[in-house]
Amino acid sequence: MSEAKNSPEKEPEKNAAQIFQEEFIKEVTGNGPKKRSRLSGMLQALIVPFLAIFTGLVLGGLIIILTTPEFYAAWAQSPLRGLGEAWNIVKTAYSALFTGALGDPAKIVAALESGEPDAIRRAFYPFFESLVAATPYIFGGLAVALGFRAGLFNIGVEGQIFIGAIFSAFVGYSVKGIPAVLHVPFAFLAGALGGAIWGFIPGWLKAKTGGHEVINTIMMNYIAFRLSDWLLTGPMKRPGSPNPVSPTIEDTAKLFRPFGDPIRFHLGFFIALFVAWLVYWFLFKTKWGFDLRAVGSNPHAARYAGMVVSVTIILAMSLSGGLAGMAGANEVLGVNFNLAMAFSSGYGFDSIALALLGKSHPLGVVLASLLFGALRNGATNMQLKAGIPIDIISVLQAFILVFIAAPAIIRTIYRIKLPAETDAGVFAGTWGGD
Amino acid sequence: MATTALRREVEIVSPTRKLVMGLLFLAAGFLVWWLFARAVDPEAVTKFGMTPGGARSTIPDMQLPSQLTLNILTILTLGVGALQLILPHGFGKRTNLALGVVSALFIFAFLTWAAAGKSLNLAGLMNTTLSKAVPLTLGALAGILCERAGVVNIAIEGMMLMGAMVGALVGSVSGSLWIGLAAAVFAGALLGLVHAVLSVTYKTNQIVSGTAINIFSTGITSYISAKFMQTNQALNNPGTFPPLEIPLLSDIPFFGPILFHNNMFVYSMFIFMTLLHIGLFFTRWGLRMRAVGEHPRAADTLGINVFRTRYMAVILGGMMAGFAGGYFTLGSVGRFDEVMTAGRGFISLAAMIFGNYMPFGAFGAGLLFGFADSLASRIAILGLRIPSQFLLMAPYIATMVVLAGVVGRAQIPAADGVPYEKEG
Repeated sequence: MSEAKNSPEKEPEKNAAQIFQEEFIKEVTGNGPKKRSRLSGMLQALIVPFLAIFTGLVLGGLIIILTTPEFYAAWAQSPLRGLGEAWNIVKTAYSALFTGALGDPAKIVAALESGEPDAIRRAFYPFFESLVAATPYIFGGLAVALGFRAGLFNIGVEGQIFIGAIFSAFVGYSVKGIPAVLHVPFAFLAGALGGAIWGFIPGWLKAKTGGHEVINTIMMNYIAFRLSDWLLTGPMKRPGSPNPVSPTIEDTAKLFRPFGDPIRFHLGFFIALFVAWLVYWFLFKTKWGFDLRAVGSNPHAARYAGMVVSVTIILAMSLSGGLAGMAGANEVLGVNFNLAMAFSSGYGFDSIALALLGKSHPLGVVLASLLFGALRNGATNMQLKAGIPIDIISVLQAFILVFIAAPAIIRTIYRIKLPAETDAGVFAGTWGGD
Repeated sequence: MATTALRREVEIVSPTRKLVMGLLFLAAGFLVWWLFARAVDPEAVTKFGMTPGGARSTIPDMQLPSQLTLNILTILTLGVGALQLILPHGFGKRTNLALGVVSALFIFAFLTWAAAGKSLNLAGLMNTTLSKAVPLTLGALAGILCERAGVVNIAIEGMMLMGAMVGALVGSVSGSLWIGLAAAVFAGALLGLVHAVLSVTYKTNQIVSGTAINIFSTGITSYISAKFMQTNQALNNPGTFPPLEIPLLSDIPFFGPILFHNNMFVYSMFIFMTLLHIGLFFTRWGLRMRAVGEHPRAADTLGINVFRTRYMAVILGGMMAGFAGGYFTLGSVGRFDEVMTAGRGFISLAAMIFGNYMPFGAFGAGLLFGFADSLASRIAILGLRIPSQFLLMAPYIATMVVLAGVVGRAQIPAADGVPYEKEG
């Protein structure tokens, strides 16, 4: 509790940053406030996420060690051996994670030397697979981040992804005979529209009745699950298939894959980057974005300044849902080519972690998504090579989320002074609004 | 005293609400006639089984002429609606009760129509409803404990999952169901402590903290399950609490076997529910807790330790959620499966709101949601052409409607979700 009291949270934002910069530079260099470069500012912005990720990896390693029987066997012989065994366990696990995420350097070099296209593709496969895994994260993270900027907590990304996927799958398989140049954007935007509808409803409810978006989006998630369950066992079921899966989409709706098999890397990644830039441009360069951020940081002031808060809330939730819907579209049009039950595994909650890790900034979200994508993809290899269940990644993500959300813990662990976190306007409020 | 009470009653019911409710009841009555009574075969007979499977005492099936029953139900529903409109203040404070009666009539009409010319085991349906309501109600009680003290807890799902896993694991290893259950409660308490540390001491956004606990629980339970419990079945075989029959009471026809022939989780639910209601509304402890949830600054001024109260509430809530989690492995399935709670923690949250943050209300909501769930699994048997998924959606839609304040708004603790900052 004393920690929270000591934190300079109540000081004005700019002031706190200045004080921190002075103290940080004093501590690091032993000099007074001389250089205040842009670089040091960026370093400071990165220090909490970096330490959070680092601490998360350490704690994850600890869990891996503590759940490996060999460690206890070695520890029984002598504590020193135990520590050696612990190191071995973590090394095996994390090197498998690393090579699974980025590729094995030795293999890459060998493949490049051999010059065989097939071998090269296989060597680079893990790296591209990480990008494929990161793509839906980018959309999902952007969705939550945009909501945060407007002071809204979109916990319904999971459901919006589902609805987006349903819409684009439907357009993907039912529309026939139009060229890819039209079909792909059509199907993709249909997904965005589906997500936007699913975001619009809680947004409208929030604006008109004050019903809190957290509960409403959670409810919308489950309605989406049931709806897709019904669609996939009924109207959208693939004829003749015993499983609840939609028909395969037309070739013209598939997102372009620049490399041959087995690399699944597709155009969606570039769309995600472009959309991230669009979100950046929207948030920081347009009047709409300014209004949105103003409502997010202080709705009362925004109302006083003549902004229409309710419209902004509805717009923000719809856009947020639309971004999430794109994640669904991306998965259907770029990776799976059909829609199956339970295809989206926890993207909704991970997206919240991503938005927080990326500080609700599109660039931050992209970087965080690349990291999470790499972790998720590498974990598959870790499961294969080291026998560590892939679920450890969720544990890691939870730790990272906690440390990002409560930087005071990081401050306590590492005994460093950090600037007061500028909240991205996330305000829970009560379920019924005020 | 009497006059103030009377005046309050007048104030509580707004004329619009009275009118809306009255029209709603009439609409329900009309629907009963239009959808069910009109559509049923005049000769059909509805057969309701009155004994759940496995019960000792049996009573004969109830045979009802479908159309006559439905006509009577129509008249009853319309009667309630007419009374609501004709009486000067409608049903006043008892409007919610009237709403409950109308809902019950409507549901009974639906069942009569659905089972016309067929047979439906009503007692079995009630029995499944009750057992499906148990985790929802317990989870909602966990939510009430936290939110009445002003801490939003969306981590009920994660706490339940953790309780389920730990309960199964410890129960199997120790060979004792009670030790397993104690461990489940303890695991819930630990997660509650984490939630309290993050959201009370560090003032983290409570939704973020809850999300982190949910992600963590999903990850760690699946991890341990995949690593140990699936490969070694001895670690995942705790067994379940046997049903306890309460003598005499279980011999009551119809209700006896449904209510008094259950395992101890069902009885615990009733006990906890009652205790929490008494605790919240008739003790100093409850008054303090509600004060902290409504206006922490005022409570602090009066010398109530806001932080300690919130810690206690969130940890107790965690224990309750852990107990609810124990139900899945030790009370129902007898085995832990990955992500076996399947979103019931979130439905608990809905039940809590639906039940207006009241223990008995939460139980009512739990029953309603459990009913939708158990009816959905019987739709195929009855040969209805309504997709069961739409029935399963109903609880969520109903919660959104309640939240929107269309049919009376839930009374939410005023400081729910707002971290408390001590001044100075």
